[in-house]
Amino acid sequence: MKLLLDSTRCQGYGLCQEPAPELIDLDEWGYAQVLLSDVPAQGAGAAEAAVAACPNSALRLVK
Amino acid sequence: MTGVHSLLPEGQPGLLVSPVFGAEPHRGAEDLARYLATGGYTPLSSRDRLLDRIAGLGLRGRGGAGFPAAVKLRAVRDAPGRPVVVANGEEGEPGSVKDRWLLRHRPHLVLDGLRLAEALTGAGHGCVYLSDPLTEQAVRNALAERPTALRVDVVRTHPAYVAGEESAVVRRIDGGPALPTAKPPRPFEAGVGGAPTLVANVETLARIALMHACPDAAAAVAAAHLVTLSGPGGTDAALVEAPAGTRLKALADLCGHGTAEAVLLGGLFGGLYGPGWTDLPLDHDRLKAAGAALGCGALHFLRPQDCPVATAAEATAYLAAQSARQCGVCVSGTGALAGALTAVARGEAGEDPAEKLDRWSRQLPGRGACGLLDAAARIVATLLTHFPDRIGARHGSGCPACTHVVADDGRRFTVTVP
Repeated sequence: MKLLLDSTRCQGYGLCQEPAPELIDLDEWGYAQVLLSDVPAQGAGAAEAAVAACPNSALRLVK
Repeated sequence: MTGVHSLLPEGQPGLLVSPVFGAEPHRGAEDLARYLATGGYTPLSSRDRLLDRIAGLGLRGRGGAGFPAAVKLRAVRDAPGRPVVVANGEEGEPGSVKDRWLLRHRPHLVLDGLRLAEALTGAGHGCVYLSDPLTEQAVRNALAERPTALRVDVVRTHPAYVAGEESAVVRRIDGGPALPTAKPPRPFEAGVGGAPTLVANVETLARIALMHACPDAAAAVAAAHLVTLSGPGGTDAALVEAPAGTRLKALADLCGHGTAEAVLLGGLFGGLYGPGWTDLPLDHDRLKAAGAALGCGALHFLRPQDCPVATAAEATAYLAAQSARQCGVCVSGTGALAGALTAVARGEAGEDPAEKLDRWSRQLPGRGACGLLDAAARIVATLLTHFPDRIGARHGSGCPACTHVVADDGRRFTVTVP
């Protein structure tokens, strides 16, 4: 599973980071940075939560 | 006045000169009769043979990324749907002139390459994408007299740094703004109208046409490069075709830049290189191994009185101004890099400006929808690598070259098309 960020959609809400701190970091301006785009099986739930948390649909998971 | 020179061995076919007509570069636009006399528009008897030749000789794309041309052609050919092929003549790098020169002077060579790319991929139609009015006129004249009946549209855009990025090209041809989109999908998967799309730099297409017309010289044609050389403000500039492996010193000597202290490579994309640049070879892989990048082949030389900090400050300020402003991280990142370098140049940086510049240069690459942010980060990273002693809090107060750093319009890097 791949976690993809469309950086043209990321508005820096920062809501994605809390449910998936091992997959996503926020930079000093608040924009999301994907740390691990190849999501391991045990991270699937966190990745899905991060995708769902973004108010602007900037994140998606691709099988 | 930008010069035009060929460094190819006498008699070797090239893009600037045709041995058929002697050793002088083309003047004016090459018309159909003259192009046919060089072996142009010869029927393609075997698609596989030409594609194998392109693959075997390792032709790289000339837009900047240096991706293997055959891999891209095969990916477009094999993707589901009827492909579209695009000749990308929108030369966004201010320090590069090769693409506009080719389309203005040898439009048939590019259109012939587009015709071959159509055949190699099984495309239904083609498109020439550009912004320069003189270029457009030359292309339209050539299309009117061209001997093939394939449909080719001309799509015009406004000139901008990102307008030639392949996803921006697709978006513009589809009627939108010429701004990059997030990947995936890449154009080879879903491009113009959703069809698999080959977006090929015009020099790449010209090389394919010449490799088809001159099979005996194909290896040398695939290996040669068009490069644009210049100094600050577009001075002592030249468009040159040179064999692969040519030392950068030999190129610099052609237009009086042999004593340069540093060079900015790949337009604004390949970063700065300090002492030692003279021994670098004109070669994608060897430049990459040396921590540099050839990009579109534009080389900007810094005279001994030019400061790398001033150059980097204006380059990053230009990139910040040219940001498509779609990605927040690009707006913030390029703004921070340019702001910090300008502060160093003015002697207004706080303590240890190198620390945050270093952090940003590692943190920002790969995070925008296109490569603009990567270009700005690479300029900063290479400035820190090659000129670490210039990034001090007090640099600007003692540097005469840094006192006038203001321009964000790219004027330092802009070269006039010969």
